Order: sequence, then structure tokens, then C-alpha cells
Amino acid sequence: MTLKDKYDVVVIGSGPGGLAAAISAKKNGAQEVLIIERDVEPGGILLQCIHNGFGVEMFKEDLPGPSYAQRFIDEAISMGIEFLLDTMVLEITREHRIFATSKRRGFVDLQSKAVILAMGCRERTRAQVRLPGTRPAGVYTAGTAQRWVNVEGYMPGKKFVILGSGDIGMIMARRLTFEGARVERVLEVMPYLSGLSRNYVQCLLDNDIPLQLMHTVKNIIGKDRVEAIESVAVDERWAPIPGTEEIIPCDTLLLSVGLIPENELSRKAGVAIDPVTSGPLVDDHFQTSLPGFYSAGNVVHVYDLVDWVSEAGLTAGKAAAMDCTRGQADTSRVIPVTPGENVRYIVPQTIHPDHLAEHDIRLQFRVRAPMEYPVWVEARAGGKLLTRKPEPYARPGEMVTLPLRQNLYDEVHSMDSISVAVIKRG
Amino acid sequence: MKSYDVIIIGGGVVGCMTARALSRYDLSVLLIEKNADIGMGASCANSAIIHAGHDPVPGTLKARMNKLGNPMWTALSEELGIPFKRSGAYVAAITPEEQGCLEDLKRRAMDNGVEAEIISAEEMIRREPKVNPKVKGALFTPAAGMVDAFAACIAPIENAIQNGVEVILETEFTDFILEGRAVRGIRTNRGDFACRWVINAAGVFSDEVMHKAGVRPDFKITPRKGEYYVLDQSEFEMQNILFPVPSAVSKGTLVLGTTHGNVLVGPNSNLNPDPLDTSVTGSGLAEIWASGQKLVPSLQPRAIIAVFAGTRATGNASSTASGVDYHHDFIIEAPEEVHGFINTGGIESPGLTAAPAIAERIIELLQESGESLPLKKDWNPIRKPRPRFNHLSREEQKELGESDPAYRRIICRCEMVTEGEILAEIHAPLPAKTYDAIKRRTWLGTGRCLGAFDMPRVVEILSRELGISPLEVTKRGSGSELLVRMTKDVEADDDPQR
Amino acid sequence: MTTEHQKLICVMCPKGCTLEVDHEGNTVLSVTGGCKRGHEYVRQELVDPRRKVASSVRITGAIHPLLPVYTSAAFPKAMIPGLLQLLRKINVDAPVTTNQVVIADALGTGIDILASREMRKVTAS
Repeated sequence: MTLKDKYDVVVIGSGPGGLAAAISAKKNGAQEVLIIERDVEPGGILLQCIHNGFGVEMFKEDLPGPSYAQRFIDEAISMGIEFLLDTMVLEITREHRIFATSKRRGFVDLQSKAVILAMGCRERTRAQVRLPGTRPAGVYTAGTAQRWVNVEGYMPGKKFVILGSGDIGMIMARRLTFEGARVERVLEVMPYLSGLSRNYVQCLLDNDIPLQLMHTVKNIIGKDRVEAIESVAVDERWAPIPGTEEIIPCDTLLLSVGLIPENELSRKAGVAIDPVTSGPLVDDHFQTSLPGFYSAGNVVHVYDLVDWVSEAGLTAGKAAAMDCTRGQADTSRVIPVTPGENVRYIVPQTIHPDHLAEHDIRLQFRVRAPMEYPVWVEARAGGKLLTRKPEPYARPGEMVTLPLRQNLYDEVHSMDSISVAVIKRG
Repeated sequence: MKSYDVIIIGGGVVGCMTARALSRYDLSVLLIEKNADIGMGASCANSAIIHAGHDPVPGTLKARMNKLGNPMWTALSEELGIPFKRSGAYVAAITPEEQGCLEDLKRRAMDNGVEAEIISAEEMIRREPKVNPKVKGALFTPAAGMVDAFAACIAPIENAIQNGVEVILETEFTDFILEGRAVRGIRTNRGDFACRWVINAAGVFSDEVMHKAGVRPDFKITPRKGEYYVLDQSEFEMQNILFPVPSAVSKGTLVLGTTHGNVLVGPNSNLNPDPLDTSVTGSGLAEIWASGQKLVPSLQPRAIIAVFAGTRATGNASSTASGVDYHHDFIIEAPEEVHGFINTGGIESPGLTAAPAIAERIIELLQESGESLPLKKDWNPIRKPRPRFNHLSREEQKELGESDPAYRRIICRCEMVTEGEILAEIHAPLPAKTYDAIKRRTWLGTGRCLGAFDMPRVVEILSRELGISPLEVTKRGSGSELLVRMTKDVEADDDPQR
Repeated sequence: MTTEHQKLICVMCPKGCTLEVDHEGNTVLSVTGGCKRGHEYVRQELVDPRRKVASSVRITGAIHPLLPVYTSAAFPKAMIPGLLQLLRKINVDAPVTTNQVVIADALGTGIDILASREMRKVTAS
């Protein structure tokens, strides 16, 4: 492949968000589409997520991560989308000039009409959760362990404690057990699971791995290699309860304590970031605060399901392609979507009421506190109810979706803002 | 038995600076270090400040060595390529009581011969807008600076190696070989080495070493732990060094920018019976955070990217100066009771600042003991720093990448460290053979993701370059292997599926 | 036989509905909560629990040393340990195409083990 100097759309990252965005951009009229990927092959983190459970929404099939990625990769290649692999983007300017570096190709300096940010997310570390103790070998994020175990073929330990009941943590608990390791405990500081319930069943219950809610790591013990961790129960305010300490011998502590959208490039380019999501502020087409900059997937906010990441990519890719063909960014009026009762944040943060004339708009968000009873998920404008849907419960670990239907256009187009709330039903 | 003129025990900053100073002379010199890398103790787990010298009790050896050491860093940093910035430092008074102490501090600075001026609250805020707006005034010491503490160890030892000094790692001193009152060599876990001189630069273990020579049986190191937070430069920026008004026991919890750009908050000072215990504690972290916020209220928890702790080698040596009542002074001496032994001990802060002066004092002691110390004809004082991709301009990056394609492959995305830089460290005069050794040299894995992204890649590179299995790659030496087995090699005994 | 009341979390889709079931042995009397697929899951789970299994096998001559694989259908839960042991003994050679059968009729279940992705043959450089 000869690299061109100019592209219509350049996508940063070839995970599910980036792949879908590139395919959608190409389908919607962008001629020259390039994906830049830092790894040696496309697919992103899906390649190390060898468990199944992907594609139920998108394909009505239950696929392993690599299979899900493979479908998009095959489609992208067949469409003539270009890939620049093993290449790290160093900087994107406001004017869409992209600097990157690659061992094989050397320095890359190219210009794009539109840029789609699809860098995904990174894992929170022990420092970010302020874990005390020594700093021996054997403290890893669940994702790093996943890469070693599933892709590179190495086990990072024999006896594990996992901190955090996020999906990756629970899925790794099963994987490690499958490969002959012992998982002594999964500890979760919150009073509820932070990942999906079905992972609790299939990963922990099925393999007799004990989960302790409202527990955390008080101390990491071991000089050169982890020798044990000291766990402790916590109260509602996460304060350790004296007398509940327990020493759990292990050689590895895995951390599954949350994901953070990876937006260093976005920030450097000048894209405005939502302090709650740590992702770009976006409109309903996933356009960021900077003209011609779109973003898709976990770089915006961390999804539960890869299917939704791909959906977001499709939306962003189409909008970026329209940008290119139109020759300018969408300048129609935007109104904010604001979080109401028990809503932590909403993506998109703004919508174009005009878009409702053309298609539904999907609002996605997370609740602050769990509501283990029937709820209404509702959107209002100027105090008036626009739409609502019933849910049996609402949990912070499970993203809530509320569609604004096209038929709401008349009600919404003159409004100044929309607010979204989750309230008790009945 | 291999024989040397001088053996240095300990590869901390004092040992490394001493090795470099000795490398000027026509001597055979060996430095032994018990860890898998140099600089693994207090030398690299500290505030990385070149102190102006306003703080030590006037008349003490600490005060003298600080005053002598401080100006040496200008030439040292240039010759050895050590990142160093003479930024000056501020002691910021937040309360009216603290403001009352500034005059006393200034007087002490004057007694130590250190330039210092009191600046107004407005001026303090102008120079460092992040300071607590309640600030009442500050003492400014222009001679203070910030340094890359690891570079302050690796640069001199590499220069020493270039000039013929030998270094062996993972080698632990166990005893002296004495002949009557004269040193004839040392015993280690790797066998015996003969020598005419032994230099004790063993840091927190300096008391144990000197006791083996029968020197100062009453001297005791009482280790004190200091804990720190590191804040991400992209989330929280600060260029200055801010001290609080000091307490009786320590200079207090600082908030400072570093040469690297990250911000440090720390240390506290707590008794630490086990000098090897560098764990961080929940209570300690809470303590430094609260103290840090007193100086800089806008500190953000989400900017935290790392925590660490170091152990101070606090000793109990009394100052030998007449009329000075101080009992935690440095020891730098050639004890009369043993020939061939140069002893240092109790080298805590400002030990990093003082290290080059301590090294020169050791040279003097050798000369005073009758060593003629002929100069080497071909001594080269220059050690060139290796390129750091992240610090180069776009043009320079391109040039570097054209010279060697490995400099075009980014391994650490947060700190933008290239494969080329890692390879250069693995094949350096003192080869980096562990993950942490590469980390300390390149800053890889010190960013937001704390190595989550780069670690598998670094393991692969170390395994390839050192010709070892990935299972043998360690974090910081034997016992700290990162991986335990191949995924599919389940031994029967630990297979719960059976 | 007495009626038992049990709560199960459905694993058929990511929603993870809680299903309340009354049953007498293997005979389901009633299920509340969830959807039709969930009710099927309950019946299956009580009689013959099965799980989709995803793991890996060794591969030679590919970009990575492991090839991710998965079961073509949900696998009898009790036989999963045996399947995992079997997978540890398998070594395939690159190239492999997506959904290529790595093991046919694994452990006589009629269920195949399929490659989750393609892996081309790479020549050592």
C-alpha cells in the first residue's frame, strides 16, 4: 500500500468503534478512508477478548471477540479501506493534520478532511484507586493479564485475587481458572456488582469463585513478588471496618477497577472533554467540539457492549462522510441534554433537534445509584414529558438506553434543553 | 581472588558519585551493589531536589556538604547529561504563625552562607499561581534546583565505567577481610575480593557495614520512611518547588514540579523499622495529601498516577563542630582504628545534593591517608545522555527515526518511549536487564497507565535482547519474575480441573 | 416430591434478568421474569446445564502462539473440564481460517471446536 498525503476520513484506532466508523464513512461517500492502528494487526482489544458474548445485538449471534472483529476487518478490507498498522499517532492538529510514527514506514505526516477518534479506553491503575502496600511484581491490570494469557501465551500467576467486579475482572477469573490457575477471591468495594449479572453466573458461580461485595484491598504484601493481600470489609462510605481484615495468600493481584476513555490526543488537539465521562463532549452524530473531529466508542464513554460501540462507530462514520461531501461541519442548532434524577451523565451531551426530522436519536447513560425496583426512564423538555420507558431496575453497571423517536421532532425542535431522569415506577 | 585498589560498597548516589570521582585517578576500582540495579534505595526515592542549603543546622557536616555540593551540580549536569534545573525554591508561609518563622529561616540561611530573600504574598502568587491563596509570604532560595534523581546515579556510574571502573550487581557485602587492623578485602555472596581500600556507601545499611569493621559500634541508622504521590503532568502542571515552613523533625511535605514534568507531593516522615519496607500506607497517603493541599489546595486526586516510598538513612552521629548540638549529622571519615576504610553513614537529606561534595571529601581523605592518586592521562569527564524521543522536536524525532528505525516504534504510549531507547538502555555501559531498570532510565511505564500497555512489549524485548525466556524476565531482579508459566503448561499439581 | 423455589440469573443475553422458578425436580411448574428465551434457559439449566466455552489452543507458524477457539454450541457443563484438558493437548499449524473446525465432535458431544479468527502463516523474519 502506498500511503497518500490526503484522506477524506482518517480513523485513529482499529477496535470495534474505529472499524465500524471507517466502514460507515466509506459506505456513505467518503472516498479515501484510512485507519491508523498502533498494534501489528487490526481489531483492538477484541483480539484478546476471546470469550463469547459479542454480537447479540448487532448480528443476533453470540460470537467470541476475535470473530466479531474479524467480520468488520474482512468487510473493511473488501471495501478498500486502508490500514496503517504498527503506527502510533503522535499528534493531530486542529486543522486535521496527523503526525504518526512507524518502525516500518518511518514518519507519517498526512492531512484529512475529517478525523474520527476511536482510541478506546485504558484501565485504571493501583495508584488511581490509591492501593497501599508494597510494589512487587504480580500486580497487574486485568487487561494486561488478559493479553498475556490469551494472546502471548503466558500466565502471570498461579494464585489470584481480583479487585473489582467489572466484566474484564470476572471474565479473567474464569479464563485463569480454565487455564489451571486458582482465583481465591473477587473483591468489590461497592455493595453491588460493577459488571453484568450474567458474567457473575457464568464466570464466578460456575467456577466456585467467591465474590465479596463491600470489600477492598487494605494492603499488598510481598517484597519481590506478591505473597498475599490483606482484604478488609468497608462501610457505605468505603471506610475500612476494623477487625474484618483477612490475609489471603496469593501471588498475583489483578485490578479490574474501571476504565477511562483514552483522550490524550483529543486533549492535545483541543477537543473539549466531559469531566464526568472523561470523553469528548459530543452531539448525536458523535461530532466533538472541534469541527471535523468525530469520536466513536469507548473513547467517548465506556460501554457495556461492543455492539453499542460499533453502533456509535456507524453513526460517527456516516456523519464524518457527510461532512466531507458537504465540505463543512453540521451547523444546525444544538440543545443540551442534561442529567436529571439519578442520572450520572448522558451521551450525547447535545443533540441537533433538526436531526430528529430525519432519524431517531439514541440517548445512553448510567445511573448514579442502583434502583432495585421498577423504574421509569424518562426524558422531559420544559417540564413536559417527551417519552418514557419502563425498566425492571436500574444499576450503575448497566448502561441505560432511551430512544428519542422521530415523531418527537415537533415537540423538541423549539425547546432549549432536554433532561433525562430515572425515577421509581408505581 | 580478584584484586582492586578500591572497592565501594553500595551503588546509591554517594557510591556512584564516588566511583566517578575515583575514576579520574590511576586506580582499579570496583563498585558492588546488592540489588539488580544501582540507585534502588533512598537515592531514587526522594524529592529529587538540589537543596540550596538554608535548612541544615549551621556548623554541621550536613550544612557544609550541602553548601559545597549545591554549586557542583551545574558542571556535573553538563558533563554527565543529568536533567537539572536551577529553579530556586520557596518556603511558603500559609498561617500568620508560619509567617513569623520566615525571618528565622532567613537568618539560618545567612548563617549557612546561603542566599535567601523573603518575598511578599503577592509575589509568591505571581510566581506560583497554584499556591494557597492564603499564603502570607515566602522565603526564596535561588540556588535550589530539581534533578532527575536516577540520572544522578546512572550518569556518574556510566561515566565511571567508561573510565575503567567495574560494577557488579546483585553482589552483597557480608564481611571484611582484615589483617590485624588493616583491610585486605571483602567477602560477598559472590566470593571474596581483595583490595587496599573499602568505601562504605551502604546507605540505610551503612551502620551494619561499619560495625563489621569494628567502627562506631554505637552508630545506628533509624530508618524513616517518606511516602509520595506522583501527579500526571497532563492533568496537573506546576514548575516550582514549594516547601512548607519546616517542623523540628523534617522539612515537611512538599509540592513540586520535577525535571520530568510530573508533580510530586510528599514526603511524610515516619519511623520504619525495616529499611527495606518501602510500602505505602493508607494513613501515610492521607497524611501527605492533606499536607500537600495546605500548600496547593487545587491538587486533584484524579491526577494521581503513582505512589512510592523511600527510606531515609537517619543516623545518630553527633556533630563534631564545637558548640553545635546536633545528633543526626553525616559521617565522612577515615577511622583511625582501621586502615584502608573510608566510612560514610547517616547520609539522609540533603545527601543527594551533597553527594558530589562527599565524593570529593572521600578523595581528600584518601590523599590525607597517604594515597598519591596519580591522574589518569585519558580521563574523559563527558557522558553523553542518550536521546529521549519524547523531549525532541518533531524534526529531531524524524532525524532520530531515520538514523535507526527502532526509534520510530513507540512502546510506551503515555511517555512516548521508543523501542530504540529501550534497546540503547539494554546495551548501555551498565546494561538495564529488568523492567524497572528500563523504567527508571526511560520513564517508560511511569505515565497514566502505569505500564499496563508497555509491560508485555518490554518483556518481549528484554527476552529477545538478553536471550532469556519471558518467564525469566524480572521486575527488579531474581524473585520478581513477572510471569510464571506458559498458558498451556498446566502442571498436574495445580490443576483444579482434575 | 416437594416444590422448590429458585432464583436464577439468565445468561442468554447481556441483560441478565432474574428469573424466579418453581419446580419439582426437573419439572418446571412456573417461571416469572425474563423473556421466552429465558424460560427456555431455565428448563435447560435444570435438566442439562450447558455453557458456550471459549478458550485457545497452541498454534505453530502464526503471529501469536495461541489460537482462540470456541464451541459451535453450548457445551455440557459437566464436561467442560475435560474439554479444557483436551484443548491443552492440541497444536494446530497456521494458516487457519475463521470458523475452521479445530476439533470435530469434541468428546463425542457432536459439538465442534471452531477457530475464532483467521491466522495466517508467517515466515520468521
